[in-house]
Amino acid sequence: MSAYDLLIAPFADYGFMRRALVACLCLALGSGPIGVFLMLRRMSLMGDAMSHAVLPGAAIGYLVAGSLSLTAMGIGGLVAGLSVALLSGIVSRATVLQEDASFASFYLTSLALGVLIVSLRGSNIDLLHVLFGTILAIDGPALFLIGGITSVTLVTLAIVYRPLVAECFDPGFLRTVGGRGPVYHALFLLLVVLNMVASFQALGTLMAVGLMMLPAAVAQLWGRSLTAMIVIAAGTAAVSGYVGLVASYHLELASGPTIIMTAAVIYGLSILFSPSGFARRLFPSPHLKG
Amino acid sequence: MNALLTLDNLTVTYDRHPAVHHVSGFFRAGSLTAIAGPNGAGKSTLMKAIMGELRPAEGRLQHHLVRSDFGYLPQAADINRRFPISVLDTVLLGAWRHTGAFGANGAKEHAQAAATLAAVGLGGFERRPIGSLSAGQFQRVLFARLLLQDAKVILLDEPFTAIDARTTQDLLDIVAQWHGEGRTVIAVLHDLEQVRTHFPETLLLARECIAWGPTAEVMSAGNLLKARMMAERWDDGAGICESPSGKAPSNGVVA
Repeated sequence: MSAYDLLIAPFADYGFMRRALVACLCLALGSGPIGVFLMLRRMSLMGDAMSHAVLPGAAIGYLVAGSLSLTAMGIGGLVAGLSVALLSGIVSRATVLQEDASFASFYLTSLALGVLIVSLRGSNIDLLHVLFGTILAIDGPALFLIGGITSVTLVTLAIVYRPLVAECFDPGFLRTVGGRGPVYHALFLLLVVLNMVASFQALGTLMAVGLMMLPAAVAQLWGRSLTAMIVIAAGTAAVSGYVGLVASYHLELASGPTIIMTAAVIYGLSILFSPSGFARRLFPSPHLKG
Repeated sequence: MNALLTLDNLTVTYDRHPAVHHVSGFFRAGSLTAIAGPNGAGKSTLMKAIMGELRPAEGRLQHHLVRSDFGYLPQAADINRRFPISVLDTVLLGAWRHTGAFGANGAKEHAQAAATLAAVGLGGFERRPIGSLSAGQFQRVLFARLLLQDAKVILLDEPFTAIDARTTQDLLDIVAQWHGEGRTVIAVLHDLEQVRTHFPETLLLARECIAWGPTAEVMSAGNLLKARMMAERWDDGAGICESPSGKAPSNGVVA
């Protein structure tokens, strides 16, 4: 088997593989940076919760459209995700519950409701698709939606970069200079939900954050500056998407989980070999003079 | 008598219990004032009230300043010290008044940031990530940011806690420089010797205003004892405070 057969042929021969690859690269560009900010805000698990919160909306969209239409499910997911984010924000402000606790309550409710709605009408196959995604079934319109979300994400991040960094790094300072911290926080949550919806069809609700958090963790292990972290995260996600697709094609594995497993392998290697990793601890380099 | 910031019978409460109780007086424009008092005296609370982070339960705060006239260094800044940001970018946040959330930092801002870093003794640290700095170095960075902020009123809440003598001296020089430039500086301090040496005016606070005026008069043994006697009481059964105590001390204010 030549290198061409191994690395390029799957995409040259099959349209669905090409679309899956483009979708993966789009997701990588959008989700990578979002994941880095989520992690720096110590909201890694919040992202996971959010991805479950998207489910009932997507399920209702699926029931209304009567098929796995990404547009209908995307709109439903967007509404559901934002409602959960908003409601838990309100609850944590109005009661003694911290935001993570109220988030957990809402997303569990959401997840249960979502699975219930899907099982009401759909088959188990549909449920599997909703939970784990069908990246090889991405069609033209779905690709446009994903690409659109990535574009919106990158442009918005570029515009609000400084206030968002200030809000993550030193919210007190942003308050004293009259910056509207909560506005940027809300805008950021909106981007998170949008990216969940984008990765929804590709990876399903259960793994939608996979291309967000694993690359972000890899980025934190290697990167020293925020810029470097964002580039590393996007790069790791893109490589995971490509390698995962190739591997799943040749080994006849399910694509979504293979992509996430690829990211997980990169994460594992990073834990071993990154500057703060185990290898450095086992074989320390001599310290410097000053 | 150039009152810049007037406290008019100011009371700030936590859960209805007063932390700052019927305080009246004013900060002169260009004054350098220390706020001293025992733990729980309401010093930080007063700072937060001035910054508008806490609302007065009673009384008023009067001034004609806008938000960007204030520079504030809180006591326990909720700063994420492990955030991957460089010293230079941290200091450049101080230019917010000019750049806003979206404007670009030009050559002028970069030159100013480099100059302020040199002024706090951190020349050459521009590219260092803040995670690699010591507590003292980081405090110097925050002072550099305040320098760049170019604020009219500067509030410092225990700026020298856990800072070594040399850094404290360097930062006190910056405070003196601000004073020389006609800025109004208000600092919460614990070291009474520092207060006596470096601050012409003092507000001695023990929830109520014990004394407010020239440091030498305020920091008398009698006043200090009085402040110490006002223990941190939080009386669960406290009744409702009927009216301001008749002639509370102040530095000669407004009715």
